[in-house]
Amino acid sequence: MAARRATRWHIAVFLAPAVLVYTAVMILPLFGTLNLSLYRAEGFVGLANFRTLFGDPHWSEQFWNALRNNVWFFIIHMLVQNPIGILLAALLSSPRLRLAAFYRTAIFIPTILSFVIVGFVWKLILSPIWGIAPSMLQAVGLKFLFQPFLGQEETALTTLALISVWQFVGIPMMLIYAALLSIPDEVLEAAEMDGITGWSRFWKVQLPLILPAIGIISILTFVGNFNAFDLIYVAQGALAGPNFATDILGTFLYRTFFGFQLQLGDPNMGAAIATAMFLIILAGVCVYLFAIQTRLRRYQF
Amino acid sequence: MAARSHPGRTFAAHAILIAYTLIALFPVWVIVINSVKSRRAIFGAPLAVPTPETWDLVGYTTVLENGDFFGYFQNSLIVTVASIFFVLLFGAMAAFALSEYRFRGNTLTGLYLALGIMIPIRLGTVAILQGMVAAGLVNTLTALILVYTAQGLPLAVFILSEFMRNVSDDLKNAGRMDGLSEYAIFFRLVLPLVRPAMATVAVFTMIPIWNDLWFPLILAPSEATKTITLGSQVFIGQFVTNWNAVLAALSLAIVPVLILYLIFSRQLIRGITAGAVK
Amino acid sequence: MKKPIIAAILATTALAGPALAQDPVTLTIESWRNDDLGIWNDTIIPAFEASHPNIHVEFAPTAPAEYNAALNAKLDAGSAGDLITCRPFDASLELYNKGQLADLTDLAAMANFSDVAKSAWQTDDGAHTFCVPMASVIHGFIYNKTAFDELGLQEPTTVDEFFAVLDKIKEDGTYIPMAMGTNDQWEAATMGYQNIGPNYWHGEEGRKALIAGTQKLTDEDWVAPFEQLARWKDYLGDGFEAQTYPDSQNLFTLGRAAIYPTGSWEIGVFRPQIGDAFEMGAFPPPVQNAGDTCYISDHTDIGIGMNAATAHPEEAKEFLEWVGSPEFAQLYGNALPGFFPLSNAQVTLDDPLAQEFISWRDQCESTIRSTYQILSRGTPNLENETWNASANVIRGTETPADAAARLQQGLESWYKPGEAAQ
Repeated sequence: MAARRATRWHIAVFLAPAVLVYTAVMILPLFGTLNLSLYRAEGFVGLANFRTLFGDPHWSEQFWNALRNNVWFFIIHMLVQNPIGILLAALLSSPRLRLAAFYRTAIFIPTILSFVIVGFVWKLILSPIWGIAPSMLQAVGLKFLFQPFLGQEETALTTLALISVWQFVGIPMMLIYAALLSIPDEVLEAAEMDGITGWSRFWKVQLPLILPAIGIISILTFVGNFNAFDLIYVAQGALAGPNFATDILGTFLYRTFFGFQLQLGDPNMGAAIATAMFLIILAGVCVYLFAIQTRLRRYQF
Repeated sequence: MAARSHPGRTFAAHAILIAYTLIALFPVWVIVINSVKSRRAIFGAPLAVPTPETWDLVGYTTVLENGDFFGYFQNSLIVTVASIFFVLLFGAMAAFALSEYRFRGNTLTGLYLALGIMIPIRLGTVAILQGMVAAGLVNTLTALILVYTAQGLPLAVFILSEFMRNVSDDLKNAGRMDGLSEYAIFFRLVLPLVRPAMATVAVFTMIPIWNDLWFPLILAPSEATKTITLGSQVFIGQFVTNWNAVLAALSLAIVPVLILYLIFSRQLIRGITAGAVK
Repeated sequence: MKKPIIAAILATTALAGPALAQDPVTLTIESWRNDDLGIWNDTIIPAFEASHPNIHVEFAPTAPAEYNAALNAKLDAGSAGDLITCRPFDASLELYNKGQLADLTDLAAMANFSDVAKSAWQTDDGAHTFCVPMASVIHGFIYNKTAFDELGLQEPTTVDEFFAVLDKIKEDGTYIPMAMGTNDQWEAATMGYQNIGPNYWHGEEGRKALIAGTQKLTDEDWVAPFEQLARWKDYLGDGFEAQTYPDSQNLFTLGRAAIYPTGSWEIGVFRPQIGDAFEMGAFPPPVQNAGDTCYISDHTDIGIGMNAATAHPEEAKEFLEWVGSPEFAQLYGNALPGFFPLSNAQVTLDDPLAQEFISWRDQCESTIRSTYQILSRGTPNLENETWNASANVIRGTETPADAAARLQQGLESWYKPGEAAQ
């Protein structure tokens, strides 16, 4: 990182295209929208919309319910999706594994599917009426385990979270896989010289080296989950039934901002919710950038 | 390397991978077999393999008769490929600047470029549409490419800068000794080394673009600029959805993304092996 | 491929000047009725263009769930079509108030519609109308006639008979007595609560009293429909909690369920799906005691208006005049059995089941859904809350009294009767 002459124009050249397109098409419109949170139809109102959001029980109950559900949604992804993704990537990266390309592609296919299809097929499979899940459970003598999972308040959210895990496990798998492949062969060979192979090689040599990638997938999962919307919307509708048991921040925001059925869109309250979500996510990302990421890097080298 | 690969361990690896592959593919299988069955058969016996009696291509024929599906495919491909190109190019350049140089405002710029993944871009719809109307870009593919490029950049910068930090300094400094310009170092030395990450970003970028319904609906709903995802929506009605056609259209829609995925994942592997030769 | 490009060029040059006046003007219709694309392209538009060669019409529907959001964005940014399909009541009223829907009060064709028909697309004082009414939908119950004959059942006319019929079907076990699920919530409210409710709250009388504040949702007349809904639970299929609206439709059309609480729009959906597999019949919501006046929900559901910013207001009005004509009513009513034209013109419907539904207009008093006018203007939104409450009541997770109390409390929190009518 040598010291350079006075103006390093190349830095500006490298940054300019991204910053320009991104600022013009994304940041300006978005912050224009977030700005609406300080207004109502009658004009500037300061933080009144936030007082309504957190002070009026009608709004605050929905907000906290959505946030709680969202945290649970995230926990399931962290506990199920990411470990499975890492495991699959580790297995796939084992040297000379036959059919690796096939597995990698097959496991990634759900990630490519559109939400419309994912919602349709899982509702079909889990439906108590058309019989795929009930008959499969019956075949292994577990019929008694079957419930209308998506229709019950206790099970609906977890079921949807697991469907989402099924759909997106390809993302952490692929990132970790890329990270594992990036580990120089010399490192692995050196480990082998020392007699470290198999799982202990994974734990002792590879895992520490892919910690930054695990950091990335964690933060991406966090950001993705707190912005999630489509799957719930496709499967349960904007009212996120049953009885708002599957309502997450994304569906709450959509319903408020764009309106739903007879409820007209309320861009001002919607923007207030979006701002709250933005601050939650920003806090998480800052924790990652300033606390976790720097520590990880120190660990790495 | 890997002189001793235990047969037991290999077997366990295959067992786990096969088991998970089955979980991943079972619903896809359900989609595919049902896309060639009649409506009655889909709901009568959703798991049954199509038989001569239930075999019905009505979904596919409806799709092909309804609108210009090849045109829709073409639009989707143009939009997706062009957006990936710009996301990768601009994203990698910005990521390089952030990870390579120490300058005032580096972290802040990084954070600024990451803001975009924290707010759903849908919220900016009205302002974006107004901008496109003002620029005369409504009902053009350019409008979509612009939006998707902006939308894809934050993630690309985020991931690529992480990977670029791992590129060895020795290599770059050697390049500088040889009198290479910073641009040459970026394009000739660094880019080839981060190919796996680029391929990964390409895949992550392409999926939401390919499957997006919202911006095509708002920015380019005309017949000539419809994307495949928007084109399939015509079968989703208020009171009745033509599932045969939806399944057929969306099953067909998987094929091009799958091909793109295969291309990128080949890049991923090749990038690795090329990197190993360094 | 050619046509849209020409249309696009036309659209851009139309502003430039009338030099091309000879070429037909293209009007685009925004709609949520994906379902009707074929009907418009094959029947309605050709009929219009035949008599109006100077105008070319394009029907450009959006998937219903996205329609409102997409339309509002396009109207705000100025890229929406010339003609706008109107949701009833506040969604369209809001667009009119924002100056996005044009005032159509002076349209000659408005004379073809009754005040009731126009009420869904008028300002609260009735002074301005902004959409031409197209159709209403009627609630009731469709049943599998073949199954009824098989089990020796008659159409029930009272609530007791209704449950007796359900009991018999359940006992027999061949059919699921009633096809309804709570996963999507809206059927519970729309095809449940709003379907059977008018018999309890006496249609318009109760609906208007609720708006006037002289009745409350906690009154006996408004809780009773919830009490009946709670009893439905035992007659729904296994796992109805996760049953979606398309599931219910399929259960019925595949002949697995005997009764389907419904709206008349299903006629056009079910006919082709059922084919010759069995015969359908329909009965209006059963009354409490034999001989009671029956009330039906005959809901003004769909209209069409003009984008105030259209470049072709004259042509758009020409089209709207035609939509208000008897010719259109006849075409539309028969192309879409179950969507009943609101025009005063005498329309002959071909579909026997549609005839059955429309005949209830003569036997029963008509009303519209209780939550649509004025009462869903605030937050919490009464209609959307009613979805949730109805689903909860059917699932048995909320008692009828609790649900009613919650709705009333939500309504009271923003609605002060008397102040509403401006």
